[in-house]
Amino acid sequence: MPKAIEVKDGIYYVGHKDWIVRNFHGYTTSRGSSYNAYLIRDEKNVLVDTVKAPYAEELIENVSRIIDPSKIDFVLSNHTEPDHSGSMPAVMEAMPNATVIATAAGEKGLKKYYGGDDWKFQVVKNGDSMSIGKRSLVFVPTPMVHWPDSLATYVPEEKLIFTMDAFGQHFATSSYYDDEVDYSELMLEAKKYYANIVMHLGNVIKKVLPAVEALDIDMMAPSHGLIWRKHIPDIIARYKAWTECKPSAKVLVIYDSMWHSTEMMAHAIYDGANKTGINVRLIDLKSNDLTDIVTDVLDAGAVIVGSPTLNNGMMPTVSAFLTYMKGLKPTNKIGFAFGSHGWAGGGAKAVNEELVKTGIEIVRDPLTCVFRPEQQVLDECIQLGSGIADRVAAL
Amino acid sequence: MDKYECQACGYVYDPEKGDPDNGIPAGTSFEALPDDWTCPMCGVGKDMFEKI
Repeated sequence: MPKAIEVKDGIYYVGHKDWIVRNFHGYTTSRGSSYNAYLIRDEKNVLVDTVKAPYAEELIENVSRIIDPSKIDFVLSNHTEPDHSGSMPAVMEAMPNATVIATAAGEKGLKKYYGGDDWKFQVVKNGDSMSIGKRSLVFVPTPMVHWPDSLATYVPEEKLIFTMDAFGQHFATSSYYDDEVDYSELMLEAKKYYANIVMHLGNVIKKVLPAVEALDIDMMAPSHGLIWRKHIPDIIARYKAWTECKPSAKVLVIYDSMWHSTEMMAHAIYDGANKTGINVRLIDLKSNDLTDIVTDVLDAGAVIVGSPTLNNGMMPTVSAFLTYMKGLKPTNKIGFAFGSHGWAGGGAKAVNEELVKTGIEIVRDPLTCVFRPEQQVLDECIQLGSGIADRVAAL
Repeated sequence: MDKYECQACGYVYDPEKGDPDNGIPAGTSFEALPDDWTCPMCGVGKDMFEKI
């Protein structure tokens, strides 16, 4: 039986560590995840968020070990997405005296998902606050970080902010705090989370960060992964860089190939770019995971993408990658398309069109060859790789 | 009059339609929307919109 974890005096962790999940709506969660929920004991008792539906019983049990669930006065729903709200029906049954706190969009979403016609709601908006006894809750709606309903909740007396999905990581570990795990692993998972979940919302997040920085806090409790208490300035600084997709001296050569010709071009581009101080990555879409690739895209300087022509278009693996990357709207990248074809072509051209739509600065027209790349084409690949490396080195 | 797209959620403000649910009559240009107008779909501010 897990022990109750007290993160602050009278504030407990009551969430679930998910050691099993490896596919989170397409995101490869290689280290699992956690659905963080918290209990605040005060004159009014507040459950902060719930967990994914299959773990409702565990959540209620965790609460029961600390307090009789019927004594919960408020269930604060900071985010409607089912990984946090999935247990709401079970929770509201076990906590019949609770009023749900949510934004207007949150109330609408919860009702769509779960009905909840007999639930009491208290709708909060920007700047609202309420006393729960010794402490108060200050509500800071953060629309689109991550959904329209998203809400951050600040507890000034505790210097604590519940940041919801922001600053989260899909990271199951027996630890609870950022200083209890390997720093590089933590930052990699935070980066992966940012890249895959909110990269496209950089402009919105950029506006929220100064407000977070201005708060007097010593703890940031996200809804996934570890609680930040030691590395708060670090993670905020990283978020600042990530909102710009700040490019580095990193070149990604991403491709698929049918009969090795596009692969030969990819290798030649890699050879050209492979210089001291440049991090070049050769990424075959047959054997690489999209979650990892877009994590690399976040701070890359160049994204070069190759596809052979299959049925007059690009290969489905390349198409899937480009669709995923386009939705995440990376900024500040340069790149170009390349690929081999047999007769009419079309693969590299289709890649080029998608790169343009993604907002990548195209440095040249698609580089193509017929069947096998001749030495002249391979030399051009090397030259292009070298030129791109010089450009990103200067960043 | 130009249409503007919300960069956060993809909603398009069409001045010909306005945003009647929030008291903005048809024919209101994007520029004429009040500063505190927010995206009716996702709630972000006017500064998150770009001309399309």
